Amino acid sequence: MELFNPNSNIDFLAKRKISLVISILLILVSLGLLATRGLNYALDFTGGVLVEVHYDEPAEIDQVRSALETGGFHGAQVQSLGGTRDVSIRLQPREDQKDAERVGRDVLAALQTQRQDVSLARHPDLVGPQVGAELRSDGFVAAVFVMIGIMIYIGIRFEKRFAVAAIASEFHDAILTLGFFSATQIDFDLTVLASLLAVLGYSINDKVVVFDRVRELFRITRKAEPYAILNKAVNQTLSRTIMTSLTTALAMGALYFWGGPAVHGFALTMLVGIVIGTLSSIFFANPILYWLGVSKTDLMPVTKEDPELARRP
Amino acid sequence: MNEFPRWKYVLVVVVLLLGVLYGVPNLFVQQPAVQINANRGATVDEALKERVQGVLEKEKITFDRIETGDGRMLVRLPIGETEEQAKAQEKLRTELGDQYVVALNLASTVPAWMRAIGAREMPKGLDLQGGVHFLMEVDSKDVIEKQLQRFSDDIRSALRDRDIRYQSVGRGPQGLVVTLRNDEDRDAALTAITAAVPDVEVSRGAQVGDAWTLNANVKPEKIREISQNTIRQNVATLSNRINALGVAEPLIQQQGENRIAVELPGVQDTAEAKKTLGAQATLEYRAVDENADAFAAMRTGQVPPDDKLYYRRDRGPDGKQIPILLKKKIIVSGDEMVDATSAPDPQSGTPSVSVVLNSAGGRKMLDFTTKSVGKPMAVVYIERTPEVRVVDGKEVRSTKITEEVISVANIRGVFSNRFQTTGLGSNDEAAELALLLRSGSLAAPIDIVEERVIGPSLGKDNIQKGIMAVLLGLGAVLVFMAFYYWLFGLIADLALVFNLVLLLAVMSAVGVTLTMPGIAGIVLTLGMAIDANVLICERVREELRNGSSPLAAIRAGYDKAWATILDANVTHLISALALMTLGSGAIRGFGVTLFIGILTSMFTSVTVSHAITNLVHGRRKKLKGLSIGSGYTRAAAA
Repeated sequence: MELFNPNSNIDFLAKRKISLVISILLILVSLGLLATRGLNYALDFTGGVLVEVHYDEPAEIDQVRSALETGGFHGAQVQSLGGTRDVSIRLQPREDQKDAERVGRDVLAALQTQRQDVSLARHPDLVGPQVGAELRSDGFVAAVFVMIGIMIYIGIRFEKRFAVAAIASEFHDAILTLGFFSATQIDFDLTVLASLLAVLGYSINDKVVVFDRVRELFRITRKAEPYAILNKAVNQTLSRTIMTSLTTALAMGALYFWGGPAVHGFALTMLVGIVIGTLSSIFFANPILYWLGVSKTDLMPVTKEDPELARRP
Repeated sequence: MNEFPRWKYVLVVVVLLLGVLYGVPNLFVQQPAVQINANRGATVDEALKERVQGVLEKEKITFDRIETGDGRMLVRLPIGETEEQAKAQEKLRTELGDQYVVALNLASTVPAWMRAIGAREMPKGLDLQGGVHFLMEVDSKDVIEKQLQRFSDDIRSALRDRDIRYQSVGRGPQGLVVTLRNDEDRDAALTAITAAVPDVEVSRGAQVGDAWTLNANVKPEKIREISQNTIRQNVATLSNRINALGVAEPLIQQQGENRIAVELPGVQDTAEAKKTLGAQATLEYRAVDENADAFAAMRTGQVPPDDKLYYRRDRGPDGKQIPILLKKKIIVSGDEMVDATSAPDPQSGTPSVSVVLNSAGGRKMLDFTTKSVGKPMAVVYIERTPEVRVVDGKEVRSTKITEEVISVANIRGVFSNRFQTTGLGSNDEAAELALLLRSGSLAAPIDIVEERVIGPSLGKDNIQKGIMAVLLGLGAVLVFMAFYYWLFGLIADLALVFNLVLLLAVMSAVGVTLTMPGIAGIVLTLGMAIDANVLICERVREELRNGSSPLAAIRAGYDKAWATILDANVTHLISALALMTLGSGAIRGFGVTLFIGILTSMFTSVTVSHAITNLVHGRRKKLKGLSIGSGYTRAAAA
């Protein structure tokens, strides 16, 4: 079975101005969103309220969780304490709940609609964030290091223009994914942060495959016109680009639809990242490469591949 | 004919077998247990085992068996009996007293021979398995007291600067009391203190005769700030300590005004963690007073004003304590140490701690040793151990402070910021002290006020959902590959399953903590690992389209795809490496998973799939077409 025409010859570069303008607009919009709305940091980052309740009869954790959901407390962390009768609940207070006491009362009320034998085991407490502020900056530092490391590697293995194009698209992908989280205000928790960094890894993977083909085509084609080569490289790798996106998306889609709340954010970030990363390989990285003026002479191996050839007059 | 070296086949088979061997331990279920570690001075031996057994039998607590080893004891309870476990811990704790640390634990059931070769199950994170929860109370009274002391100095100097005569500045029942001689002085003092020491609240107090008083107290917001800082420092120190113990993915968070919650995932050395969490041990270096008689000072109780009476840890031949007089002025203390490692002393082989001081400490040490070559210097070991006694049915907590001189040695040469201290009782004690010195001292003492086993934070339902989704996702990828690339897809699938086994095996052997995000990371890695096979299959198809013979197409496909796979994977490895080294907690675990996954996938999707491909195609001399799902096959078949 073949989904794609192996001899496809779509002129992707023809629309480069439009695609670049769209990309830049999206980056600006995302930055704007991040500056004004910011991210909706989840319990991991913000801390919240800890409520401990006691049931007279053994209680199922999943039951408690569903009672909280119906009561309007989303994203609460529910855990059994010691045995089956004590339950700890960590949650982010809603806008209208100023103090821990109030949250405790509301939580208890929500639980009592389901079962009467529940009571507060102790005073509700404010709890600090699970991860300090340093993790947020650690994540940022990690992202910067990823970019620098990749830039150096691509600079050495390919050429500096490729490195610039790769970093520009990495930045593009990261900002757009963050912009998506800002626009939708979906909970931004630790796993989302981790998957955001994984998006960087995925997206660079994608670019490198295209770049690799560009390099190969430049080397084997005698009269290499950058415009034609870049288009050909995207076309020849198109099938692989889409196939890999599909397999990864299949795995992540399963996590998103059936994986439950724990991996929801993770899978969503990856899905969004895959779409953005795949599109940017085709419509962002390549136009930038063309615009930077990559050429055959830049890519010929510095050392002669065949010493025999070099010796001939 | 495609030549594929025989050693590569052997490598593939050996790696597969190892993968299965090291992956299998994950199938064993853990059982609840109570772990007992000895404090200094106590030992874990047969007698203790009998005592423990006695307690359990008396309380009718059923247990699997009791194991001893490595200086600790593990009481295993039947799987699922968490309430019995809590009861056993409580009874054992009251029976064994302060000499032992008794902690809840989850014990591995992997057979001993497997553990001996390093095959063990992956520890599971708090979200999947739960663990042990400690709630600790921070006592910031001490810190506030010290702050008051500092303010009283500030007040004195403020009054002196402005030439206001005062009678005394001292500690009253609440805060500080400044006593002055008349009303004008008092008014002047009030303005002076308010201006000079903004963090105290000053008000006029009582007047008795010609003693006019002012009450000074730390402002409430300053108190809050102090206790917040204390908590924050303690959280940092605790994280350092837990990291130093090698506990993966703990949770440490502030709770309420003055408490810290620490949660440790199961199957780890919980007793050691518990001991280390509340422990406070440090070292002080002091000069020895050689001109006074320590024995006389001990008998008469008259200690020279600059000295302090200490006792040696080692007792004399008659079993009595050996006194020693040390200068009150400390040369350097544990706060000034930036690093400490424990290692046996190279000359004598006795346990020792090598210490690195910060620059200020190094300078002081240099000054002191330059002046005192040939003179003795003493090392004081200070330990604060929390004690719990039951008085009138209530638990009363107090702290016992032990100060002992562990070594006295003549200074042989000048040194500054690096040196060694000997005289510790055992290598374990040296290691523990080094850990405590390294991770910094607690800003205020902490008490463990609560210890409980906690269930998984995700809930059974969500864990099952997650695992179902993982299987579904994998299944979808497998089916899709087989559907799209036919036989080559099936080969890629086989390689992928192999990859999963290998990935789990390496993760278990390395000891990566498995969490739900980690599982998502595994799926992601597998989803992306198939990329290498997609690259290969697409290349083979291309070669076929360009008119290569099937076997040549396979060879060229693998060769040409390899360069791309390498570049793509190296860049990917760079990002995994950054996650691994720069992230903390869950992020690091995720990075490690990704890193291992990229490495194993490079092996499986290239070497393993190539081996299988050759096994299938290589022996057939005349190969008309390849089952790779492209048009060529149909043409060849027709």
